[in-house]
Amino acid sequence: MNLRRDVFQAIADPTRRAILLLLASQSMTAGAIASNFDSSRPTVSKHLQILTECDLLKQEQNGRQVHYHLYPDKLKEIADFIMPFLKLWDDRFNKLEDIMKNHKSK
Amino acid sequence: MDGKHDLIITRDFDLPVEILFKAYVEPEIVEQWMGTKVEKLESKIHGCYRFLTPDGKGNNIGFNGTIHDFVHNERITRTFEMENSPFPVQLEFLKFSELPNARSHLEMHIVFKSVEDRDAMLKLPFAQGINMAHNRLQEILENHE
Repeated sequence: MNLRRDVFQAIADPTRRAILLLLASQSMTAGAIASNFDSSRPTVSKHLQILTECDLLKQEQNGRQVHYHLYPDKLKEIADFIMPFLKLWDDRFNKLEDIMKNHKSK
Repeated sequence: MDGKHDLIITRDFDLPVEILFKAYVEPEIVEQWMGTKVEKLESKIHGCYRFLTPDGKGNNIGFNGTIHDFVHNERITRTFEMENSPFPVQLEFLKFSELPNARSHLEMHIVFKSVEDRDAMLKLPFAQGINMAHNRLQEILENHE
């Protein structure tokens, strides 16, 4: 694993994306999260560590248990990054639709 | 696989699929909606294309590619390359499908050489958008004088 720690690295891995989806509905312990995957426990722990370092997860101590919960603010960075690109295509596709509607009725 | 270096853009059109497909095949229509000049567009397997897009500064940016797969009203697989740029060639899978009520769906799947190349390419619209806004502003200001 390289040392880049940003939200884009966080979502680059399919297991990490699955973890984010799992935690979207509820906070969970590392053990409960790991039980959803075939990967070894240390592998899942490594993913949790990366997600935490990327500021997407926060740990919460509940007695002897540590729960991970999703901290989605950082996900907005991804949306902000990709929106202009999608907007560019959206504008083009709107134009395409307009042009072809006129074309069709000719 | 660590690192996803592709991007999927989807869109539903209020157009029958054959009309949507036509917008990708007929040069004069491509010119209109892509805002580019079409120098060459051979819509067939092993055909190639080249577009020249004005950059707003009096220059043209060239884009070209080769068509690898072409099935009418179904799919186009092609490469895409921006000339004189550091960006490596990318691969595009366009999938056209019919929807009920004379509507259609397009899935554009773009595969980049690396995550870094994808991210660099995604940053382009920012720069372009700013340039375009600047050009427009300049135009408005010049007319105002």
